[in-house]
Amino acid sequence: MDFSSIVVQFLNGLAGASSLFLVAAGLSLIFGVTRVVNFAHGSFYMLGLFLAYSLAGRFGGTPTGFWISLLVSALVVGVVGALVEIVILRRTYRSPELFQLLATFAVVLVIKDVALAIWGADSLLGRRAPGLSGSFQFFGKVIPAYDLVLIAAGPVVLGLLWLIVRRTRFGRLVRAATQDREMVGALGVNEAWLFTGVFFLGSFLAGLGGAIVLPREPANLSLDIAVIADAFVVVVVGGMGSLPGAYLAALLIAEVKALCIAIGDVSMFGYTVSFSRLTLVVEFVVMAVVLVVRPYGLLGRPSATPRAQVAIMAASRPPRGRWILLVIAVLAVAPLLIDRYSIVLLNDVLVFALFAASLHFFMGTGGMISFGHAAYFGIGAYAAALLLKRAGLQMEVALTLAPVAGGIAALFFGWFCVRLSGVYLAMLTLAFAQIAWSIAYQWDALTGGSNGMVGVWPAAWLADKAAFYWLTLGVTVVGVLWLWRMASSPFGYGLRAGRDSPLRAEALGIDVRRQQWFTFGVVGAVAAAAGALYAFSKGSISPDVMGIQRSVDALVMVLLGGVHSLVGPLVGAAVLTWLQDEIIRDTEYWRGLLGLAILALVLLLPQGLAGARDLWRRKPA
Amino acid sequence: MTVLSASGLVKSYGGVKAVRGVDLRVDAGELLALIGPNGAGKSTCFNMLMGQIAPDAGRVELLGADITGQAPRRIWRQGVGRTFQITATFASMLVRENVQTALMSRHRRLGNLFLSATKLYAEGALALLERVGMADQAERPCSVLAYGDLKRVELAMALANDPKLLLMDEPTAGMAPTERQAMMALVAKLARESRIAVLFTEHDMDAVFTHADRIVVLNRGRVIAEGEPADVRADELVQRVYLGGGTMFGHV
Ligand SMILES: Nc1ncnc2c1ncn2[C@@H]1O[C@H](COP(=O)(O)OP(=O)(O)O)[C@@H](O)[C@H]1O
Ligand SMILES: [Mg+2]
Repeated sequence: MDFSSIVVQFLNGLAGASSLFLVAAGLSLIFGVTRVVNFAHGSFYMLGLFLAYSLAGRFGGTPTGFWISLLVSALVVGVVGALVEIVILRRTYRSPELFQLLATFAVVLVIKDVALAIWGADSLLGRRAPGLSGSFQFFGKVIPAYDLVLIAAGPVVLGLLWLIVRRTRFGRLVRAATQDREMVGALGVNEAWLFTGVFFLGSFLAGLGGAIVLPREPANLSLDIAVIADAFVVVVVGGMGSLPGAYLAALLIAEVKALCIAIGDVSMFGYTVSFSRLTLVVEFVVMAVVLVVRPYGLLGRPSATPRAQVAIMAASRPPRGRWILLVIAVLAVAPLLIDRYSIVLLNDVLVFALFAASLHFFMGTGGMISFGHAAYFGIGAYAAALLLKRAGLQMEVALTLAPVAGGIAALFFGWFCVRLSGVYLAMLTLAFAQIAWSIAYQWDALTGGSNGMVGVWPAAWLADKAAFYWLTLGVTVVGVLWLWRMASSPFGYGLRAGRDSPLRAEALGIDVRRQQWFTFGVVGAVAAAAGALYAFSKGSISPDVMGIQRSVDALVMVLLGGVHSLVGPLVGAAVLTWLQDEIIRDTEYWRGLLGLAILALVLLLPQGLAGARDLWRRKPA
Repeated sequence: MTVLSASGLVKSYGGVKAVRGVDLRVDAGELLALIGPNGAGKSTCFNMLMGQIAPDAGRVELLGADITGQAPRRIWRQGVGRTFQITATFASMLVRENVQTALMSRHRRLGNLFLSATKLYAEGALALLERVGMADQAERPCSVLAYGDLKRVELAMALANDPKLLLMDEPTAGMAPTERQAMMALVAKLARESRIAVLFTEHDMDAVFTHADRIVVLNRGRVIAEGEPADVRADELVQRVYLGGGTMFGHV
């Protein structure tokens, strides 16, 4: 590492910060005005990049054609965003906030498959900008000329946005809505128009963020999730609703990453630490540190803090004992009646039911949202595998200790998380999940890196699929019944008290934070049990067990089944697992279909599947 | 016996000096009314007494012990119950469960992850609801109650810890006039019976002058008068600022 490479990486960081800022600024604007946490924002970025690839490829031979292609790509994405708002989100503003989240997840899935259909699964590197394809020498290093454009783009767009927000009527409304929702209504503003406009602008910015990196970054289908995670981090670090904060945060994160690359491998005490491979973790570490020191982000203010609470649910009671017994009995005899394949599928259903039930407790009873619940599932799976393969323990012991490991990890993460609330808390759970994922992905020597670990098989007496299934059934039944019991235990009452009214709870001597902290430990242990069962049932694990996709799956299961019902997550887990199994077999576009199914559900059954029952009951009356 | 004594309380929000040097003293069994126009700083005082916000300066003592700046939950454990200007109850629970939760907290049972709590302290909760006249609504969800009834539930919860001091921020706001008198009569009765010191704010002057033993008048964050109801009523400054022709300083 020498001085010139640090300077080069610094410029590189500046260039990277601009695109990140555009995406984050759009996300922040949309959130500020509509209070929608738009998971599809990364998809808009990806779409912008793909569109730019095609348009610039066709018309981008001249400088004018090239720049117009980028601009048109961004405009098209803006229109797509506005359409998503008009067709889908507008119908969900009255539903619980989580339904908007679910709807935007669904849009992620649909856009991914549309992109797959149009552009295919391979990475596509776009055309260089005509006239700017060269490079120049700087301290003896080569800097692409286009990077200068990128470096300038961030501050220029920040300036333009500042003018729009400060100097136009639209901007005044945006500010008013961001600071005080009721005020907009009081001003007699047509909210629908304002929301659509903001969605257009925000999506346009995301599309532009994608389009301008065309000569630098290859377009591919995994960008959506990667970019949304980055954008969340930037918005949260900068402070929700603060545009300068977003730029500052984008700069900070891009520079810290660039610095890691510049440092490269460092040998200390006989170990080699590869900083360049830490880039995945480092932004989340920055976020965790910033949030603990400044809970509302660098330039955020408490007043703009999203409440993002799960709509207060009625205290749902578990089904009657005889129904529970009946279901258990049916599940217990099932392996005698069905084929091997179905036993394995049913095993998956049970594992995910337990996993989803733990998230449901966290959200429904705890009133907190987790975007990173897969962390505990994955830590359970890895703990089981590591204890079995690396520590040489018996499978039974590994299975028993895995929940302990998950619980301890969750208590560690939770200690930070409970200092925050609402969307900030949710973002921090995502950050920790990504850290856990990165560690599993990059610590080759211990975890096998991206290949994961194989040969994670259960003990001999459980080798038979049916035998293992009964073990899973036993653990799942105990786990779910315990979660249900906990909801009406003194602990559950204390937790619900803190969820319903933190003010009142504290005035009754309840330590709300501590109740929430313990909740992390409890659901972490249960999710880890599910993860350990999963590992032994598959015989192998990879970092995917704790990827974002799995956290999203868990959220979909809970929301699909309905947050208001204790059986909701179980139904949701069964339906989603079965659906994924069915449609994966038949089509390569299963994600898109799933997305459409979720959209239909959100629009038609805002209470989830378990809520459909109530609808059914109410109808005849 | 002095239960609460606060001295020199100061709090400002940015440029707004919400409270600028307030002294208060409440004795056991006494009803002290804190009155003043909107924005005078009454709620801010309450929040400083109960620990919801930390004062910029000043000291709060409960039975001689310094409780300044302690967390609300600590202050509650030492015997301070409170009701809020905007009622705060647990909307997802039944009325009875609201009070049960308060009792579970009092007996430090909230760490139990296994026991079923549906019957825990149910009798105690009913007894408390009986005291505030809400026993017949014990099995209704809190979310469907009338506003005045919610205030009673809050009172029952505040009583769950056998408080030595009750802080009641506008206990009758949103109630019909007859309901108000009944509520204040109830509070007065509880205070006398159990020797509870009560500090309350109230807009309804009938309720204040009927039930308060002493009155403190606040305006723009300062105490402008203090004394027995008759004296305060006669006070010229209070007349002008507050009771008189309806002119008020500060916010309306
Ligand atoms: N959280 C706050 N932030 C800023 N100003 C506040 C806040 N709370 C109260 N104030 C201001 O402090 C003053 C006193 O308010 P408050 O104590 O609520 O008065 P009261 O309860 O007597 O009506 C008012 O001017 C109010 O606007
Ligand atoms: Mg007030």
